[in-house]
Amino acid sequence: MDTPIIINNLTKCFGDVVAVNNISLTIEPRTFLTLLGPSGCGKTTLLRCLAGLEDPDEGEIYIGDKLIYSHLKGVSLPPGQRDLGLVFQNYALWPHMTVYKNMTFALEIQKLSKEEMDKRVKESLAEVKMSGYEDRYPREMSGGQQQRIALARMLAYRPHVFLMDEPLSNLDARLRMDMRTELKRLHHISNATTVYVTHDQLEAMTMSSNIAVMKEGVIQQMDTPDKVYHYPANIFVADFIGSPKINLLEGRVASQDVVDFGKFNVPVHTFRKTGEVVVAIRPEDVTIHPNQVENGVEFIAYSVLPTGADTTIIAHKGDTELVIKEMGVSKIAMDQRIWLTFSKEAINLYDKASGNLITA
Amino acid sequence: MSVNAIASKDRSEKLQANFRRFFRWLTSPQVFLSLIMIAVIFYLVIIPLYRMLYTTFTVSDVDLRVIKDAEVGEFTFYHWIRMLTGRIAELMTYQPLVHSVTVSIGATMLALVIGGLMAWLVCRTDIPGRETIHMLAQVPYIMPSWTISMAWLVLFKNHTSGGTAGLLEYLTGTPPPDWLAYGPVPIIVSSGLHYYTFFFLFISAALLSIDSSLEEAGELAGAGRWRIMRKITFPLVIPAIVSGFIMTFSKAMGTYGGPNVLGVPVRYYTLSTMLKSNTSIGNSGDAFVTAIVLILFSMVTVLLNQKIVGTRKSYETIGGRGFMSKKVKLRNFKPVIVVLVVIFQFIIAVLPLVLLSINTFMLRDGIYNLDNFTLAHWLGRGDIKINSGEPGVLRNPRIWMGAWNSIRLSLLTAFFTAIMGVILGYSIVKGRGTFLSKLLEQLSFIPYVIPGIAFGAVYIAMFTKPVGPIPPLYGTFALLVVVSVAKHLPFSARTGVSAMMQVGKELEEAAAISGASPWRRFVRIIFPLTSTGFVSGFLLTFISTMRELSLIILLVTPTTAVLASQTMRYIENGNDQQANAVNILLIVLVLIGNFIISRFRGGSLKKGLGL
Repeated sequence: MDTPIIINNLTKCFGDVVAVNNISLTIEPRTFLTLLGPSGCGKTTLLRCLAGLEDPDEGEIYIGDKLIYSHLKGVSLPPGQRDLGLVFQNYALWPHMTVYKNMTFALEIQKLSKEEMDKRVKESLAEVKMSGYEDRYPREMSGGQQQRIALARMLAYRPHVFLMDEPLSNLDARLRMDMRTELKRLHHISNATTVYVTHDQLEAMTMSSNIAVMKEGVIQQMDTPDKVYHYPANIFVADFIGSPKINLLEGRVASQDVVDFGKFNVPVHTFRKTGEVVVAIRPEDVTIHPNQVENGVEFIAYSVLPTGADTTIIAHKGDTELVIKEMGVSKIAMDQRIWLTFSKEAINLYDKASGNLITA
Repeated sequence: MSVNAIASKDRSEKLQANFRRFFRWLTSPQVFLSLIMIAVIFYLVIIPLYRMLYTTFTVSDVDLRVIKDAEVGEFTFYHWIRMLTGRIAELMTYQPLVHSVTVSIGATMLALVIGGLMAWLVCRTDIPGRETIHMLAQVPYIMPSWTISMAWLVLFKNHTSGGTAGLLEYLTGTPPPDWLAYGPVPIIVSSGLHYYTFFFLFISAALLSIDSSLEEAGELAGAGRWRIMRKITFPLVIPAIVSGFIMTFSKAMGTYGGPNVLGVPVRYYTLSTMLKSNTSIGNSGDAFVTAIVLILFSMVTVLLNQKIVGTRKSYETIGGRGFMSKKVKLRNFKPVIVVLVVIFQFIIAVLPLVLLSINTFMLRDGIYNLDNFTLAHWLGRGDIKINSGEPGVLRNPRIWMGAWNSIRLSLLTAFFTAIMGVILGYSIVKGRGTFLSKLLEQLSFIPYVIPGIAFGAVYIAMFTKPVGPIPPLYGTFALLVVVSVAKHLPFSARTGVSAMMQVGKELEEAAAISGASPWRRFVRIIFPLTSTGFVSGFLLTFISTMRELSLIILLVTPTTAVLASQTMRYIENGNDQQANAVNILLIVLVLIGNFIISRFRGGSLKKGLGL
């Protein structure tokens, strides 16, 4: 389904709070776009504006070549005419209707034949692996099952755009993993343009073809998960993405390819910039050496936290703290002296004043 | 195209866009419904209030005898000067005001003490028979408010105040003192006993919703039981107490039945009985001054109360998760307390009905011999020697008409109130946070603080003449329905809002995305999920309208009389037994109605009260 979504200069305020601030965004057909950000960043509002559940204050929205909202032209299609489906955070299954009735509610409005409805219900339930649940009431099912039904309800009326508002946040960790797999599979098969809202970066990283990181109503960066992870556009994005958190160190440019942190220096890529910078390096891009090595900076292992698959080590040097991730079980003991080296390619530099990524 | 043409085209496009936006705003269901409701409330509440105020400043034809050189319709301070400073001000305004306030405060305090104690006993101690106590506590709500007053008379009436003697004098031979037979004491006691049920229901709901860990935390901090009660439990229950206070005080201020039965015979007038007597002699200007004084006083008290507690929404009770808290062991006191509670509830719930029932079988009041017993008051054919030829209640076509009027009025009121509740609830909840929603919520609250009889008076002012498209409704049955629906607006709003709050907004949004029209969303999603709440609201309104007197006493005519007003007429004519018979008939009808309506969708009185 080749339906792009074009958003131009969209703004939505609630009283004095600007929830969505002049956002322009093109969502290419067939992408799985995740709106990612801390709570209150405007991601859900943006989604609801798209769905027609909120009326924006400025801007316009196209779905395909259909104008669905324009402040200037005074156009706003009601949600039902926008040809999109929405999966809610709390599922929003109608408690007084069976699964079958829940799923055919929209189909009845579209005046489909009984056979067609039966067929659609059957297919959609099969797609979410819930065949045979037609006569259940929502409260007779577990949270995970309700989630699948909510998804099936959306699939049954075959919208061109899928919208999902934190659909997995009410599930426990294991179910969430399963559903991630299924959702990604579903997108792979249906290829419907999908807009997915979450505050969980793991969800965003694992499922999306594109991530838009939002803060205070503004999109900070929109890119592939890989780019967002490895080349965060600003300090906020760098800090928000990744677990354990990225290391952010404030320093001064000593020469073209060395940053001075006071107690130690770190070599970086050559770039033209002077003054105060922030160096960002992911925990897994720091290497630990138990013995002194060339260019190694001496630290003390403050705490060692193994998870089994990997080990997180918190290292101190004076009041500088670094987080390092080592694969497997680490042999480092607490309070041990260690030497750290930094992979030059993995280091990103940010302008301290603006917080933006410094390129070359 | 010239520059001008482009500019004008731009302008017209802009205009069109603005118009479309405005139209969309206007046609969104909650805005549309809010506007309609605001208009309705304006018509039902604001304009009548204004008209009443206007009448007090206007010369009417009745006044021409007193005011020289005036013309009908002229502006005048005459009524206000007369009622607030004249020689009769003392008699017609200040004394009744003092009486009203005395009686209302007394009754409210008594109700608070009894209701609070009972609630504490039921919720916080290991007293047995909790369910029964709870059930019996609702009985006063089903009885008309003057039932206990009537029973009081049967018991304590004395010779000195005129009329026949009561049961007490018959048994002991000595007449009870005047202060016990008539006046403030019996009014306070009988209304307090009637209204305690509000405090009981509100406070017990609040007590049940307090998280017990709050009290346990106090206990761990080393506080004794009494200190915990004072410092933790009591402050948490205050909103419930204020709710009860507002409700009871404003009801007591506006109540007509009790003061009419127990006060008027000894010329102990309250504002409500004074208002009635002024209206009866056709002096609207004076009567409306009384009504305005009554309204102002009631409003000020309510506002003061809310101010003191510091929460404007205190009429809403705390709705929270129910936690089982530790029960206080009554130990050795248990039997004593149980006996006390049983006796108390017997006195309130059972004794009045028994006394009234017996009374209806007595040929002549106050003589408890077996040969004095008769069925005449129920089945008599209209013997001229008994009740001046008034036939027995069950054979009297006028009573049957009254019963039919009562039922008709209650059903219609309950029906319209439920519909208003749906609309109000939807528009207020859906528009949460918008100006319209707030305005609507505030407006719909106004009738709550206007005492019943004054609210009735407001409607005389409004509908004696045609207003806009509405014909003069005075004297019609429709007016009774209108006034009852208007007075119930706050309850509509409250049940509506609490029912709508149960339905997550996502449920409606999901339907909107599925392409369902507002009407379809309402019929298929919202209504099925809220109907229990509305059936409960329907039940509550039905019951309270059945036994409503104060509100309509000024508006009924012989053809539109309802059972409640017929009781009062019989009392005024001295036919106490028939008055009691009508009262019992009324209670029976309420019980039947309660039984039938609560069959539907699990509606219940408690849910109707929003508990």
